[in-house]
Amino acid sequence: MESILQNISAITPQHVIMWLIGGILIYLAIKKDMEPTLLLPIGFGAILVNIPFSGAVGEEGALTALYNAGIANELFPLILFIGIGAMIDFGPLLSNPKLMIFGAAAQFGIFFTLCTASMFFDINDAASIAIIGAADGPTSIVVAQMLNSKYMGAIMVAAYSYMALVPIIQPPVIKLLTTKKERLIKMDYKPSNVSKTTRILFPIVITVIAGLVAPASVSLIGFLMFGNLIRECGVLDSLSQTAQNVLANLVTILLGITIASQMQAESFLKFDTLLILGLGLVAFIFDTAGGVIFAKILNLFLKKKMNPMIGAAGISAFPMSGRVVHKMGLKEDPQNFLLMHSIGVNVSGQIASVIAGGLILNFFL
Amino acid sequence: MTFNPMNFIINLKYMGEGMLGILVVIAIIALCTVLLNKIFSKKTENK
Repeated sequence: MESILQNISAITPQHVIMWLIGGILIYLAIKKDMEPTLLLPIGFGAILVNIPFSGAVGEEGALTALYNAGIANELFPLILFIGIGAMIDFGPLLSNPKLMIFGAAAQFGIFFTLCTASMFFDINDAASIAIIGAADGPTSIVVAQMLNSKYMGAIMVAAYSYMALVPIIQPPVIKLLTTKKERLIKMDYKPSNVSKTTRILFPIVITVIAGLVAPASVSLIGFLMFGNLIRECGVLDSLSQTAQNVLANLVTILLGITIASQMQAESFLKFDTLLILGLGLVAFIFDTAGGVIFAKILNLFLKKKMNPMIGAAGISAFPMSGRVVHKMGLKEDPQNFLLMHSIGVNVSGQIASVIAGGLILNFFL
Repeated sequence: MTFNPMNFIINLKYMGEGMLGILVVIAIIALCTVLLNKIFSKKTENK
């Protein structure tokens, strides 16, 4: 009885706030369907680790053990990349490779946020915060971990929350930067038949190029492309299905709840966390703006204009961003189908965000 | 945590190098993709 009273009396207002945050994340996951596979385990984990004297964390805690086994050595996010790679169809991109350039332009938010965050944080933490703009959870984890950031929990929560908020964040930015006339531009889609050999060689070629540019981070792009090679080779259908479903789901469960081990009240409830959430939003806004403005600049030189909205799909949040642009096109004109273009750009954003992560690691590792 | 606005200017070089780096790498990948499409087109595979 005495120990129960001791445990109850150890509850602090900070613990209660963290339970509320955990509850909000669970609510958003269940009621609003916002990234439920991650926000639900993160939310539950936030409650779990903020119970006074929680045995889930600490030297012999299960979550600490999982953290050391799967996140401290970047294993979980990299394994998850195999599943993500197996899910991606690079077809729309391969049939129209010039779309790739938008994926690069839409990484502007990362580098802008790096400069902005460096006004408040040391450069390694600023770089880790900036990579929230990659809109790519596994890349954010790997970069923050390799750069030894002490803000892992806040970075993860920001990265995954904003990915879920893409349909809310992107449309106002796109509307602000484009005219109605520009949003009405129609784009022809002429799919060229991509050969199987090209589909098989593509992940291998990308791995070699990205590896030569940023060898320290070759595992990031390598695991993503390995997953895609399993998908495209045509002889490992069963493995491809396993990677896309069972493997990805299993790792996601463990990843979410393990990330929560970094959400203990004493390290999470700080002004820094609010600032990181704000900087994450800056990164997403400037990514979107970078893609749209780049498309508008390109249009100055093109005879056949592109719809600048597709530039916004160059962030890695797949397929949300591609769908957002497609829906905005349909809203302006029900006959304006941008889906194949926006999905092509969105897929290129996946590649570009991983390369951006590699470049950041090259700069600061 | 300290507020140092000069760091924004100092770190602009990373923005320049980063954006240039990513544009160059993506351009190389796009070029390789075009070449792959040309060399291994469906017609070539059917022959």
